[in-house]
Amino acid sequence: MSVHVKFFASLRDELGRGEAQIEYVSGMTVVDIWQQVAGNEPMGHVLAAVNMEYARPETGINDGDEVAFFPPVTGG
Amino acid sequence: MTVEILKSAFDPHKRLGDYQAAHGSEGRCGAEASFVGYMRDNNEGERVTGMYLEYYPGMTDRHLQAIAAEAGKRWDLLDVLIVHRVGDIQLGEAIVLVAAWAAHRADAFEACRFMMEDLKSRAPFWKKEQLEQGERWVEKNTPGFSQTGKQKSDN
Repeated sequence: MSVHVKFFASLRDELGRGEAQIEYVSGMTVVDIWQQVAGNEPMGHVLAAVNMEYARPETGINDGDEVAFFPPVTGG
Repeated sequence: MTVEILKSAFDPHKRLGDYQAAHGSEGRCGAEASFVGYMRDNNEGERVTGMYLEYYPGMTDRHLQAIAAEAGKRWDLLDVLIVHRVGDIQLGEAIVLVAAWAAHRADAFEACRFMMEDLKSRAPFWKKEQLEQGERWVEKNTPGFSQTGKQKSDN
């Protein structure tokens, strides 16, 4: 029962790690995961994806999901 | 419809020519619009000497595929090509190539613009610039619609 969490770019540098495993709890959402990995820091401009699709803070999580957090994108 | 994420330098015009030769829709195609983005030597008032482009393996490819598919739904297109670099990039190298082929120019122009703007604002890529002293993550992309062009046409 776990959720695999990934961090990218400046957010990975700020958090000091690229990945984390969070214990899955029924009913948990993206913002619940964020609070576990970032403490009281608000999500602000941080973007999230669940299983490689953009998600919102209130998006629900399932056991085994991959959840990613990253800063605004700057490609192209 | 083709999406490529490349870890080494590419020649965008050769890629465009090779792709068109291999996937050519001779006769049906009346218009091709393409955009190439290059690595610039300055940003926000500082000299930039190099760049690292990070991506999200899996999601980035999936998102670029979705952009190409969405363009195909919105416009009448014959084909689409998106090529994007990742990893270490040198000054002057191409970062991105987006191209659209259609029977008519409006579809080609508009689809090319749409794909490029969506890529800039939504595709998971992050630039880290090397400066003469130190390095920094780029925090945001520049707006896609030119203020300079508006001012010139107003005068």
